Amino acid sequence: MSAPLILLKGVTKSYTRGKQTVPIFERLDMTIPTQDFVAIMGPSGSGKTTLLNLLGGIDKPSGGEIVFDGKRMDNLDESRLAGFRAGNVGFIFQFYNLMPMLTASQNVELPLLLTKLGPKARGDRVKTALEIVGLSDRARHKPSELSGGQQQRVAIARAIVSDPKLLLCDEPTGDLDRETAGEILSMLQTLNRDLGKTIVMVTHDPEAARFAKRTLHLDKGHFSEKDLAA
Amino acid sequence: MGRTLTQIGTVTAMNLRSLPQRKWTSLATVVAIALVTGVLLAFLAMANGFQATVAGTGASDVMIAMRKGSESEINSTLMREQVLLLQEAPGLAKASDGKPLMSPELYVIVDGIKKSSGLKANLPLRGLGPLANEVRRGITIVSGRMFQPGTNELVVGRAVSKQFRGFELGAKMRLASQNWVVVGEFDAGGTVFESEIWADVAVLQGLYQRGSTVQTVRARMTDPANLEKIRAFSEADPRLKLDVKSEKDFYAGQSRNIGDLILYLGWPLAIAMSFGALAGALNTMFASVDARTREIATLRAIGFRGTPAFIGTMVESLILAAIGGLVGAVGTYLLFDGLSAATLGGNFTQVVFSLKLSWSLVLQGLILALVIGVAGGVFPAWRAARVPLLAAFKEQ
Ligand SMILES: Nc1ncnc2c1ncn2[C@@H]1O[C@H](COP(=O)(O)OP(=O)(O)OP(=O)(O)O)[C@@H](O)[C@H]1O
Ligand SMILES: [Mg+2]
Repeated sequence: MSAPLILLKGVTKSYTRGKQTVPIFERLDMTIPTQDFVAIMGPSGSGKTTLLNLLGGIDKPSGGEIVFDGKRMDNLDESRLAGFRAGNVGFIFQFYNLMPMLTASQNVELPLLLTKLGPKARGDRVKTALEIVGLSDRARHKPSELSGGQQQRVAIARAIVSDPKLLLCDEPTGDLDRETAGEILSMLQTLNRDLGKTIVMVTHDPEAARFAKRTLHLDKGHFSEKDLAA
Repeated sequence: MGRTLTQIGTVTAMNLRSLPQRKWTSLATVVAIALVTGVLLAFLAMANGFQATVAGTGASDVMIAMRKGSESEINSTLMREQVLLLQEAPGLAKASDGKPLMSPELYVIVDGIKKSSGLKANLPLRGLGPLANEVRRGITIVSGRMFQPGTNELVVGRAVSKQFRGFELGAKMRLASQNWVVVGEFDAGGTVFESEIWADVAVLQGLYQRGSTVQTVRARMTDPANLEKIRAFSEADPRLKLDVKSEKDFYAGQSRNIGDLILYLGWPLAIAMSFGALAGALNTMFASVDARTREIATLRAIGFRGTPAFIGTMVESLILAAIGGLVGAVGTYLLFDGLSAATLGGNFTQVVFSLKLSWSLVLQGLILALVIGVAGGVFPAWRAARVPLLAAFKEQ
């Protein structure tokens, strides 16, 4: 068993809506080892997206600790959290979230603008990332000129281009047909297996969850683990 | 530093490339800002043109004497005795026969009908002394000839024949129940004199029952510095005690008041209109930020800070404002620059002048446009910088 990449210790999270406080998690514990590929399932509103946001440093817990790679990150300020995201996390969204005005390679280059790399080095990295997702021939296309599956592959290239340890995917195949979804999921599997990316993927689809090493079920703020990897 | 600039550059370029998706509201903002700039510049050009015309009138080596405190020619009266005393003043240029180059003048108002509006307007009718031609320089008869002293003949300034009905060469008219004929038209280098009608002072004295009084005296000095001596001479004699100024200072003083009045009309009007344009700019820029909410949130999720989103929005707003300002300036230039206008001068008579744009005025117009751009961009930019990151996960 490899060292944990992420530890959640007694994490609580609640939203205030008007005067009401809506609790999402109460004392949630979780361990995600390095090079894990975990699928998270659960009913709508159970807090799956909220959990991803906490793991990715997009949202902050109301209480408890989140430790990433041995360092606490729940108490970082806004600016450090931005730095944390840039350095450690790649996001893959259900609706791809590509910049419509930029070409595929410009989209992929975005995270590299936050690094010290010069234009030449950035170009090489972008090329490699597009090769990995098999879209070298679409580098100059705008998102509107690509199919849904191709757009999601560009988004994956963008997520891995700066070589983060963690990939967070929120319903990455929610908007795709079954065949295309299969391609995307295999690609995630490859990234996990060959490049050692730790992946946390939220999905509604049990078929999709089967591509992960294990699946966690989230309900009413708690996990019930069923190992489906076998 | 370089990295931050690259980020800002990328986000800004993204913004601007998506402008065509918001072309109508962006265009409305540009037009509103162009109108504000145009109105301001039209007023500034008017004030500028007026001042250039009036302040350009008058020579520094011609002195003008008026009754003390009279401010304008129309309020002044001088007795014959005073005119004779003034002839003894030191420092005056002399004709070959030893007489000082002096022109006692009358200044009365007559009606004219404007060609453009068909409405009545006041025109100054000036009676000139026999040596007037040698006192004033830079006057040329461009058609016809000078009036004959002692006759009911008139010469008219170019602006008068151009803007008023019935003053063309050879035209006959009745003024002060007498028949007159226009025998000449003169050019006075675009100065206020071109808005005047000139006749013989002695003839006007008779017609207007002025006896031997006049209103002002103009005289040529051998040196502009002689003004002080003449002033001292006038102060020393209790029968004189006149206001003595150089003709140049006199017209400069006249232009200041009216020029200021135009300015003080123009700025408040432009500023009031600016609020309308500002509302439009705010609306456009908030719409722009709202349309880009998910993009901005995604960039933030990737690790971008709020700054590029802020600056990108500001730049978009400033570019719209700058385009508006330029369109306004070019529009004003094409529509108004050099256009003739007339307004009441210091004597409630018409002064004809041209609107005149200058680079410094254009700069003022552009500054106003950019101020609207800044004010219209800063709140939306602030919103852009604070887009909630969670918006990245929502379907738009
Ligand atoms: N910003 C917020 N403010 C208030 N309440 C929120 C906010 N975000 C989420 N919630 C609430 O928290 C709960 C969990 O939301 P979350 O988006 O994590 O659910 P989910 O499991 O991802 O659901 P789905 O499967 O529909 O995407 C929901 O009840 C939701 O209404
Ligand atoms: Mg969700």
